[in-house]
Amino acid sequence: MTAWEPPDRPRSRLAYCCPEKMAEDREPPPLADAVQTDFREVEEGEDLFVSTVSTAEQLSPTSPEPASFPAEDISTNSNGPKQEILLDDDQEDLFAEATEEVSLDSPEREPILSDGPSPAITPVTPTVIITPRVDALFDRSLDEDEEAEENGDTFDMQITVSDPEKVGDGMNAYMAYKVTTKTSLSLFSRNEFSVKRRFSDFLGLHSKLASKYMHIGYIVPPAPEKSIVGMTKVKVGKEDLSSAEFVEKRRSALERYLMRTVNHPALVKDPDVIQFLENTELPRAVSTQALSGAGILRMVNKAADAVNKMTIKMNESDAWFEEKQQQFENLDIQLRKLHASVESLVCHRKELSVNTASFAKSAAMLGNSEDHTALSRALSQLAEVEEKIDQLHHEQAYADFYLFSELLGDYVRLITAVKGVFDQRMKTWSKWQDAQVMLQRKREAEAKLQYANKPDKLQQAKDEIKEWEAKVQQGERDFEQISKNIRREVERFEKQRVKDFKVVIIKYLESLVHTQQQLIKYWEAFLPEAKAIA
Amino acid sequence: MMQEGLDDGPDFLSEEDRGPRAVNVDLQTDATLQVDISDALSERDKVKFTVHTKSTLPNFKQNEFSVVRQHEEFIWLHDSFVENEEYAGFIIPPAPPRPDFDASREKLQKLGEGEGSMTKEEFTKMKQELEAEYLAIFKKTVAMHEVFLCRVAAHPVLRKDLNFHVFLEYNQDLSVRGKNKKEKLEDFFKNVVKSADGVIVAGVKDVDDFFEHEKTFLLEYHNRVKDASAKSDRMIRSHKSAADDINRIASTLYTLGTQDSTDMCKFFLKVSELFEKTRKIEARVAADEDLKLADLLKYYLRESQAAKDLLYRRGRALVDYENANKALDKARAKNKDVLQAETTQQVCCQKFEKISESAKQELIDFKTRRVAAFRKNLVELAELELKHAKGNLQLLQSCLAVLKGDT
Repeated sequence: MTAWEPPDRPRSRLAYCCPEKMAEDREPPPLADAVQTDFREVEEGEDLFVSTVSTAEQLSPTSPEPASFPAEDISTNSNGPKQEILLDDDQEDLFAEATEEVSLDSPEREPILSDGPSPAITPVTPTVIITPRVDALFDRSLDEDEEAEENGDTFDMQITVSDPEKVGDGMNAYMAYKVTTKTSLSLFSRNEFSVKRRFSDFLGLHSKLASKYMHIGYIVPPAPEKSIVGMTKVKVGKEDLSSAEFVEKRRSALERYLMRTVNHPALVKDPDVIQFLENTELPRAVSTQALSGAGILRMVNKAADAVNKMTIKMNESDAWFEEKQQQFENLDIQLRKLHASVESLVCHRKELSVNTASFAKSAAMLGNSEDHTALSRALSQLAEVEEKIDQLHHEQAYADFYLFSELLGDYVRLITAVKGVFDQRMKTWSKWQDAQVMLQRKREAEAKLQYANKPDKLQQAKDEIKEWEAKVQQGERDFEQISKNIRREVERFEKQRVKDFKVVIIKYLESLVHTQQQLIKYWEAFLPEAKAIA
Repeated sequence: MMQEGLDDGPDFLSEEDRGPRAVNVDLQTDATLQVDISDALSERDKVKFTVHTKSTLPNFKQNEFSVVRQHEEFIWLHDSFVENEEYAGFIIPPAPPRPDFDASREKLQKLGEGEGSMTKEEFTKMKQELEAEYLAIFKKTVAMHEVFLCRVAAHPVLRKDLNFHVFLEYNQDLSVRGKNKKEKLEDFFKNVVKSADGVIVAGVKDVDDFFEHEKTFLLEYHNRVKDASAKSDRMIRSHKSAADDINRIASTLYTLGTQDSTDMCKFFLKVSELFEKTRKIEARVAADEDLKLADLLKYYLRESQAAKDLLYRRGRALVDYENANKALDKARAKNKDVLQAETTQQVCCQKFEKISESAKQELIDFKTRRVAAFRKNLVELAELELKHAKGNLQLLQSCLAVLKGDT
């Protein structure tokens, strides 16, 4: 394992970015500083970061503003200023189109890109080329089914994550993965390219996407989970089987994560995604750490979120949502149960493999000590058969795991994301309601002022009413939009789910078939040997 | 002398053929004495075996009769053989292990306690599983008791034993109580002394090559069979656990199938059905491995111990004989108690030679039996594994065909 680059230093990575911004960058609270380089992946469950990101904005002091989807991403330690983000028109256009179906009439919408000095980074091709496809994808007049089909037909992208390489030493070490993209999509500047990424980069990507899209109802695929134990073993340099397995498990998970992300019609076009896949260097996502300032903010938000959720009582006018939520709830329970059973199966099969190998050795010893020649030979043959069978069990356990168990794990996490967007809708509704309440109050205040004869205050009141009327309208639009998005997303999700499960289950059954065929081969070879005992 | 083709060890009946009671077709002493266990009853903490005998021997009052016996009475019979000096030169058929339903009973109890926490289907399924397990253990213990009796009945000398006849015929309780604490303690010390003595005796080099070889062979063989038996048990346990997991997976898939709103539901239901069936097969594989492999090894663990015991007795007799020789020489030298020494020496000599003669044949027969038993069981094991694998394969392939056709 050769060191790919000197141990991480954010400074060098960001060198090409706006230098003056780096000062801001380096201001994480002292707490984070101390632990920053030590615990790259000490964080808790992954979920902690998924759902809190989007709420960050809503609880931030800047939230009551015309744009109902403040684009600032407090959670990422972004270079850019927290307010206006200067982007050139290219990006803006791209986003206008990408989010076309969300809201055509929000000129004050801030570009959602989080990294400040991005013009240099994303070599976005002129939007002209993209437009027809985008139109095709997002044209609201198209039937939703048709749209999905278009997606399937024209989608041509293959991402592989490979060559895990340990970079650095000790607790500062990390694994670098090679991410190779092969595509004919014109979104990208080349047809085939690869970059090196580390785990926190993936988390950073997810974090950005979640903050941009979850609150408008898109189901953003969750990133793989962090693991303290696994990573520590790797860092410490333990080159045993379990570390290798851990790295392989992670590599596979990262690959699936990226494929799911780019399979999403909107996400694949997101500049952050494109940047992630194409750019040689990526600003380090330090805010994915648990103990950074952003991390702590996330935890606080998540707690507040949970409380809010309990207090929001939504009048569900649309039975579809209620039904779907219940369905996902049930699906969640069953998938978790299934996942647990499959994990248990993997465990027992591994155990079976080990015990079979152990028995094989024992049978060989017995054969050795048996003084009847023919029987002795037969026992040795039995030992050989059992040894082959233990290999078989071992392979089957792998298939159990990588095909079945991981799929279930992925879907358990995906459903959490789905539940997340439903919650977002609730929040959006709540915001709309709050705006209505505010409007009412302002109206009442104005009415009172009518009689108080304070012309300047009256004017202010009238202005405020206008302001809140606009907000109410926006709130309603937002709510309708997110509802619409969710409907579409859920449909896409379900189609994908059906496809995924069918494909994987068939593959899994095929692996079982293979195992049985091998078993037959082995025992058929042994039978004559047993009969030959004279 | 011993017949050829004697009882070739345990003929553990697979679940299918509990029909005809005659265990061993190899038994050439068919007509004169046939013993089997025709029925068994499992009560709270004991099992009652109905021992059924068919005989043309004049010793018995009738030609066919049955008695009810419990495990302790089998042990009494076995111990009476062991303690009988006349039988010192024989491999005493190993005593059947005590019926042990504890584990199974515990599981059933746990299931009963956890009834509230699972669905009705799950509960019924698990209950059926455990009941099947209980039944399997029950069948095994019956088989093992039966094999013991058959081995005795097949032995030309042991079959004539009076205690054996009483055991078979006396239709009242033998009043054989289990050993009380004092007796158990005595047994324990006897065993300790015996092992210590065994070490000394084993250390004495035998003039006879055959026995010297047998000694070395049996020692090693016994240990390795012990190891193989333990490992096979572990392997089979893992297999059972995996089958249990597949059972749970099948249940959850079924629930998913009934809940799902997409066309996955048919898919899930079909796969659930498949796993239900494959699970049953996997459980059978584990059960058959248990019967054909694990039980075989366990039996030969006990038999090899019995053979070792025989060698020990012969070794003991040899040591006694040599000591008697030395004593005789001393007596002759001192010219004191010569006659007594001579008689002792003669007795020891006779004893030793008698044991040696029969021991040799017994050990040869042991090998024959062993080879035959292993052959039979290994062949049957392979055949069953093949049968189950083919069954599994067929189920999987037909299910796959349906699923692929649907999509």
